[in-house]
Amino acid sequence: MTPRGAAYAGVLARRAAQGVGVAGLVSVLCFLIVHRLPGDAAYRIAAGRYGYDLVDEEAAASVRAELGLDRPAWQQLGDWVLDLVQLDLGRSLVTSRPVAEEVGYYLVGTLQLAAVALVLAFVLGAGMGVAAARRPGGLVDRLATGWVASVRAVPPFLLGLMLVVVFSAQLGLLPAVGHGDAASLVLPALTLGPGLSGLVARITRDAVVEVRASEYVQFAHTKGLAERWVVLRHVVRNAAVVLVPYLGVQAVILIEGVVVVESLFAWQGLGHALVHAVFWRDVPVLQATALVLALLIVVVNTAVDVLVLWLDPRPRRLEATR
Amino acid sequence: MRSPLPLPTAVAVVAALLTLSACGSGSRDGAAAEDTLRIAGPFEVHSLEPAADGEVFTRLQVSETLVTSDIEGELAPGLATEWSSSADGTEWSFELVEDATFHDGSALTPDAVVEAVERAAAVEASPLAEVPIEQIEADGSSVTFRLSRPDLTLPAVLTHYSTAVLAPAAYDADGHVTEVIGTGPYEVTELELPASISTTASPEWRGEQPAVAKVSFQAVGRPESRALMAVSDQADVVFGLEPAGREQVEGADGVRMESSLQPRTILMKVNADHPILGDERVRRALSLALDRESMADAVLREEELAATQLLPPSLTAWHPDLEPLTQDQDTARDLLREAGWSEGSGGVLERDGKPLALTLITYPDRPELPALATAIQAALAQVGVRLEVEVTNSSEIPAGQADGTLELALIAKHFALVSDPLVDIAAVFAPEGNDWGVMNWHDDRVTRAIDALLAGGSESAAAKNRETIVRTAHEELPLIPVAWYRMNAAVSDRVEGFVMDPLETTWRLTDLQWAS
Repeated sequence: MTPRGAAYAGVLARRAAQGVGVAGLVSVLCFLIVHRLPGDAAYRIAAGRYGYDLVDEEAAASVRAELGLDRPAWQQLGDWVLDLVQLDLGRSLVTSRPVAEEVGYYLVGTLQLAAVALVLAFVLGAGMGVAAARRPGGLVDRLATGWVASVRAVPPFLLGLMLVVVFSAQLGLLPAVGHGDAASLVLPALTLGPGLSGLVARITRDAVVEVRASEYVQFAHTKGLAERWVVLRHVVRNAAVVLVPYLGVQAVILIEGVVVVESLFAWQGLGHALVHAVFWRDVPVLQATALVLALLIVVVNTAVDVLVLWLDPRPRRLEATR
Repeated sequence: MRSPLPLPTAVAVVAALLTLSACGSGSRDGAAAEDTLRIAGPFEVHSLEPAADGEVFTRLQVSETLVTSDIEGELAPGLATEWSSSADGTEWSFELVEDATFHDGSALTPDAVVEAVERAAAVEASPLAEVPIEQIEADGSSVTFRLSRPDLTLPAVLTHYSTAVLAPAAYDADGHVTEVIGTGPYEVTELELPASISTTASPEWRGEQPAVAKVSFQAVGRPESRALMAVSDQADVVFGLEPAGREQVEGADGVRMESSLQPRTILMKVNADHPILGDERVRRALSLALDRESMADAVLREEELAATQLLPPSLTAWHPDLEPLTQDQDTARDLLREAGWSEGSGGVLERDGKPLALTLITYPDRPELPALATAIQAALAQVGVRLEVEVTNSSEIPAGQADGTLELALIAKHFALVSDPLVDIAAVFAPEGNDWGVMNWHDDRVTRAIDALLAGGSESAAAKNRETIVRTAHEELPLIPVAWYRMNAAVSDRVEGFVMDPLETTWRLTDLQWAS
């Protein structure tokens, strides 16, 4: 195997092991925490199924018996782990639908929203960062700093409402809420994207300024390379080594942090699923959602590692000393 | 050095693909067509089982029950055209409507009805589970219920959405509903749980075709978003607006508010066997301490929602002429003094060296409850009662009832889950107590009146019995009423004929017309 191939394999193996560890830890913790919550789980599940107007002790007892909630906790957890090993996530306690189907549906929603928001943040932020770095302290740089401060200061909930008022209620261009079509994705993505773009712009600017001042960029200029190629081949690529891990972190934050925006725009995503699962004590859905989120973080981190390795193929410390 | 694929290009490609997949997975047509009635409300549909989220499908008139109720709450024919009981009230026969067809083209048969109703009876949360059914059988063109003891409320219970009749093909081998195949004027064309449902007028419908041919329903959780949809013509009927949203709609053109009082009361459930609360004078004092009008005005933004008695005036038969519950703190203090409570330290009354301190439990499922609980806390402090408010899980209330530790609970109780409030009243005032009703309180007059109502009899005797129940509860206050509820909807001027059904049996879409 080439040293580069070995490096990729190393990253993947390390992350895979991490994934298994995180999955185990998260699902056990999730189960234990839900069991420690106050209140009768059977009652909450019955209320989730039938609405609490219709739920009394008898209905709760019937749910308890149906789901075996009176069994010892370790038995319930053991059953879940056994099913998980067979790649069976079970059925939702509330809706009785397969958990994989439910969580899969919400996961697609979240990924769509997060990806579009991230692209928006990247295009806006990186573009502004590169422009600002051309003349540190110049007008564009100062405008960018103003943008960073203002978008960070507006809470997504407020920004979302403002966007709905302008683009939906006043101009009638886009639907205020909805899920499933491209038009209804625009406003939630616009709510999330600009907020993130501020920091992306900041990080890009600093990275570009630093790279621009480096000797290899000066050398590229000296050897007569056109400005466009200097930026594309040397500045952007080297700045990306800093930016990509940062975007990875933002992706993770996005995936976990879209609850408010999802609820504001009635967008069906994992945040929505998590809130319902906690409220209704739907342990299998909660465990599966937490599991998916945890694994997603591992996947994003892996992608970042691989991407950085590709962007910056210089031998790593271990290989260099070999 | 090899030039990498510019990162922005790669990311943009991924985003474009994801967006396209978003378009592909969509099942809702973005801007509704001219002839589609667009409904938005807070109701998410997580399950197709009639006992779970079946109310959305009966409201959308996709599925039907044997009996339904009219706008006055009176029983009306549904899938059964008429019904009768044996002289002893233990055998009920429901004659099915002729030529009713399920949306899959199969005929409505008595066997299909028996299958659906038996499934409902097996679900503990369905009101039908409370009916002492021995057997349900198909009998020619009718369905017969045999009961182990007389129950005159059966037709009313059969108005409940959990008893909706679906086609046999709607169920899978395990008995789970996979598709809502009903008999109503509308059939489901698209369904994306939990938030969107589209229906169209069914060619199988036995009656006249409705003027509104297509309906789309969208669940929207945030009330702010719903209000914006109402004022920007993105929905024709929007349910469940909060006070700020109502004001927004009232100030907008092309949309109006419709409302009706819901048969639901916010009340304090009292442990009548408690050392402090067992004294009727203390319960009356707590009631007199409350400034219900200010509380309703501040929290529900409508002074008229202050409860003057247990049940709202919309339940006419259960709303006799009684002295309204009002605030009178002086009398409250006198009553507490009579009950042996005297000035103590820190403004809290004391008896035998012990402070007049109580705990009230409530739950956040309805956001107004914690707010009202703290208003009650402040009102009681003014007459020397120290109230601790615990906002917790709603299951703590039945748990506290079961182990006897509950003192006070602030709950929002619906009194007409089936069309006849008697079913809920009988449960609420059960002598042994009820999770969402009285605790350690019974009164022989009330028990006798309920038994007499359940056994039938003349209307004049029934009216007297109803008054006995409400008046006794009004005087002894095992449940202290606080406020009533109003449900509302913003309705676009595109639509005519909208009527708000207080029991929400259906949304009466077949009565709607497009404005000319």
